[in-house]
Amino acid sequence: MNITLRVWRQKGPDDKGRMVTYKVEDVSPDMSFLEMLDVLNEKLTLEGEEPVAFDHDCREGICGACGVVIDGEAHGPETTTTCQLHMRSFSDGDTITVEPWRAKAFPVIKDLVVDRGSFDRIVQAGGYISAPTGTAPDAHAMPVPKADADRAFDAATCIGCGACVAACPNASGMLFTAAKVTHLGMLPQGQPEREARVVQMVNQHDEEDFGGCTNIGECAAVCPKGIPLDTISQLNRDLLGALTSSRAE
Amino acid sequence: MANSTLTKQRSEALGSTVALKSAMAVTGVILVLFLIAHMYGNLNVFAGQQAFDDYSHHLRELGEPMLPHGGFLWIMRVVLLASVLVHAYAAAVLWRRAGRARPVRYQVTKRVQRSYSSYTMRYGGILIALFVVFHVLHLTTNTIHPGGASDSPYERMVAGFQPEFWYVTLFYVASVVAVGLHLRHGIWSALTTLGANRQSRQRSLNIIATVIAAALTVGFLLTPLSVTLGLVE
Ligand code: HEM
Ligand code: SF4
Ligand code: FES
Repeated sequence: MNITLRVWRQKGPDDKGRMVTYKVEDVSPDMSFLEMLDVLNEKLTLEGEEPVAFDHDCREGICGACGVVIDGEAHGPETTTTCQLHMRSFSDGDTITVEPWRAKAFPVIKDLVVDRGSFDRIVQAGGYISAPTGTAPDAHAMPVPKADADRAFDAATCIGCGACVAACPNASGMLFTAAKVTHLGMLPQGQPEREARVVQMVNQHDEEDFGGCTNIGECAAVCPKGIPLDTISQLNRDLLGALTSSRAE
Repeated sequence: MANSTLTKQRSEALGSTVALKSAMAVTGVILVLFLIAHMYGNLNVFAGQQAFDDYSHHLRELGEPMLPHGGFLWIMRVVLLASVLVHAYAAAVLWRRAGRARPVRYQVTKRVQRSYSSYTMRYGGILIALFVVFHVLHLTTNTIHPGGASDSPYERMVAGFQPEFWYVTLFYVASVVAVGLHLRHGIWSALTTLGANRQSRQRSLNIIATVIAAALTVGFLLTPLSVTLGLVE
């Protein structure tokens, strides 16, 4: 396959940045999208040019590092991570546009690499339990209904990739935040801090300059882990509960 | 987790994006309930001038003698105006935040699943607000009176939707369609914001939103179109 790539190039956080067009030849349909970028970068290196910076780590769809927007869709045309997207999803001769996640809360570091530290700060604000865990408890010491355990587990599969923010017309980080709130809020260990958690995480979300959610649903549609939109409804309910709660500090 | 800051955090969260959209949801529900009642009132046009004007008259007598004449109507007006102002204020703040949250735009964008109605909420809302101002000046205060002023709400309306004022009717039709689109996403969104959205219920929520939006659109279109088409005179 021969591909024309339009890639966002930006030297550093303060550079203005621009789109640059490259030709990539002899691409195998079995290559992953990142391998295709590797081929481009080898060529650029041999030609003495700066390779395109992109983030990646596991290359097996579990670390969440490799997010880019491909032809206007977060992670491209398949609902998966960029490292798990293959060139067979494109056609010979295609022109493909590659841009970094666009959000004030995800500033571009270089080319396609953004800083997702804002997600870490949302988690620091309350996405944990402070009960000492000790050794693993007996399996049946604390019964958890199966449906709750499943929902908590599904929410816990969020890999923090940021596709939800990238796809949201409001650049909201609410699906990510809701995944954490739901994951901990479904389990007995998460109850003591449930009210404080949602309040603090939502405040941090807003402080990071993410936009507000308007329930459009693009986030859940592109999420590689299938985090459902209804987690946001659960977060809202928890927040409204916490705001009207009479629990003392 | 530092619980000593919870009170402070709580008051900060009262101004959060989630609190703002909750305010939009609650005021939106109030406005939808008003629209249902209003549509019912308008459909009285098919019962003739007497019934229509009586309905308008009864609105002013509602609650008497516990309330003064027109008291109920004024309570409604205050509640509606407050709802509209809160709704619009929250929308404006969230709109500005969304603009700030993505300072550099994408060069290529693609819609994945979002509906046309979710996409037009903000501009549609502006159109509806302009419509409401025009509409109150037209049929409530009768300051604008295409076809002549009248003390009878029925006559004001029939005069205003005559074929020679096709542009008035057209503006009504466009605005009512905008209301329908606004409610299609708005009802779904309000229910989600207020915590009713579960994956197993999403189909029902979508059906509820579509049915209410469609019923209000058709119901509101019937009255002006019937006048323009000469079915009511
Ligand atoms: C297109 C069909 C519509 C017709 C024929 C219609 C007709 C009327 C009439 C005759 C009145 C005056 C009632 C009275 O004085 O007793 C009125 C008031 C009003 N209408 Fe409509 N209306 C329509 C659609 C709408 C829509 C879609 C909205 C909201 C988005 C709306 C909002 C209002 C408001 C806020 C008032 C003022 C209530 C007050 O202060 O007394 N109307 N309408
Ligand atoms: S919710 Fe989904 S899209 Fe958002 S960060 Fe988590 S895994 Fe990525
Ligand atoms: S590189 Fe880890 S998810 Fe793609």
